[in-house]
Amino acid sequence: MKTYAYFPGCSLEKMALSYHLSALETTRKLGVELKELEDWNCCGATAYFHVDELLAHTLCARNLAMAEKENLDLVAPCSGCYKNLYFARADLKRDSDLAEHINYALEEDNLQFTGSSEVRHLMEVFVHDVGLEEIKAKVTRPLDGLRVAPYYGCQILRPRKDHEDVEKPRFFENLLSTIGAVPVQFPLKLWCCGGALILTSRKSALSMVRNLLQSAVDSGAAVIATACPLCQVNLECYQKQVNQEFGTELSIPVMYFTQLVGLAFGIPPESLGIGSELVSARPILSYTEK
Amino acid sequence: MATKPSFSEEIASLLHAAHGNPIKTCIQCGTCSGTCPVARFMDDSPRRVIAMINAGLKDRVLASNTFWYCASCYYCTVRCPRGIDIAGLMYALKRYSIWKKQYKEGLVGPVFSETFVKTILKSGRSYEPVLATSYLFTFGVQEFLQEAQTATSLMLKGRLPVLPPRIKRLENFRRMVRRIIPLGGD
Repeated sequence: MKTYAYFPGCSLEKMALSYHLSALETTRKLGVELKELEDWNCCGATAYFHVDELLAHTLCARNLAMAEKENLDLVAPCSGCYKNLYFARADLKRDSDLAEHINYALEEDNLQFTGSSEVRHLMEVFVHDVGLEEIKAKVTRPLDGLRVAPYYGCQILRPRKDHEDVEKPRFFENLLSTIGAVPVQFPLKLWCCGGALILTSRKSALSMVRNLLQSAVDSGAAVIATACPLCQVNLECYQKQVNQEFGTELSIPVMYFTQLVGLAFGIPPESLGIGSELVSARPILSYTEK
Repeated sequence: MATKPSFSEEIASLLHAAHGNPIKTCIQCGTCSGTCPVARFMDDSPRRVIAMINAGLKDRVLASNTFWYCASCYYCTVRCPRGIDIAGLMYALKRYSIWKKQYKEGLVGPVFSETFVKTILKSGRSYEPVLATSYLFTFGVQEFLQEAQTATSLMLKGRLPVLPPRIKRLENFRRMVRRIIPLGGD
């Protein structure tokens, strides 16, 4: 069994509990253990980097150093946490002065950063580490005919980490096909949900959310799939406000990819946190009852 | 004799941790502005902000809402043909304006970010109800009611924390922070 240090991130404690539950359930089926990082702290989100970059890097480094202590690679289900942890590690590895400065601070918690643990997005664990063949072998209830909009969002892809394709990625579509679903052509799949602007520049974020929802509906999707709690909350929980603001009647469930994978694995919906959404995912369940 | 750095030199030096090319290599092609999903809500497009920095128009740059409206989606960064980390630049401008305490009146971004930092330093984790205090006061009656409705729905579904979360080794964590900022962390 492959084991990872698991960094749930602040959102998954409550707001995105269904992502947490479905991540644990599905990985267990795949023979992957997500061992929650003991005493993890906030990654700094975007807001911390607005104020102090050095401290923001220190926050990430503490988590990285704790994963190193366990001798495990670190997995983040949230795209924002993933991006911060990934680039903090890269920056500290590249800049030894920065690493030295931060290691001096980490001494206070008996920790040291060396860069030995790698950082992965949960999606990478599925499509890269486990692989689509293994996933396919576990599918007992393929989501035949379910049309899904694969919503990548931003930080799972950007900034570019290595040499991956940031303009025409296909891994999300491939995963959805593996569980029997039909990934639709979703023109805005790489566009931003507005992120934290939903709190600080509400009107612009609502407009961005509206465009995404409309694009998904126009592409014939019955559900939007996401790999980020911030995307999920913006697209799902603000649908009502979008409708009030723009006089639209948009209503489309927004689910975590782990929830869809879990349904295809035959895991009971309640174990995947289904039922806690504001736009009901009930219509999607009929696809597993065939 | 040492000369005072220009505004564009100051901003360039704030980009020390960014990976991209210096902003003075910008060719003003406008790919960033054409890619930016928030550009139409900004006072000045990203391309224009870069031109303003390179022209040394410090006060006009700091009076612009542009960088506080950046959603950090990094689309501009991956597309810039000159390899400038434009999203990184927006972060640098945010830090610069907080440092100088000079930003456009009525913006929520700076208050929100500073409240966020205080929350993390206090408990090690983020806590939505505290963060809400930084932006709710800017809302009109209708927006406030909409937000309250959303929060209530989330609460009923068990998706909002009642008690603030807290890491266990908080004392170590705070001492760690004080080694970065000797007088900070409280």
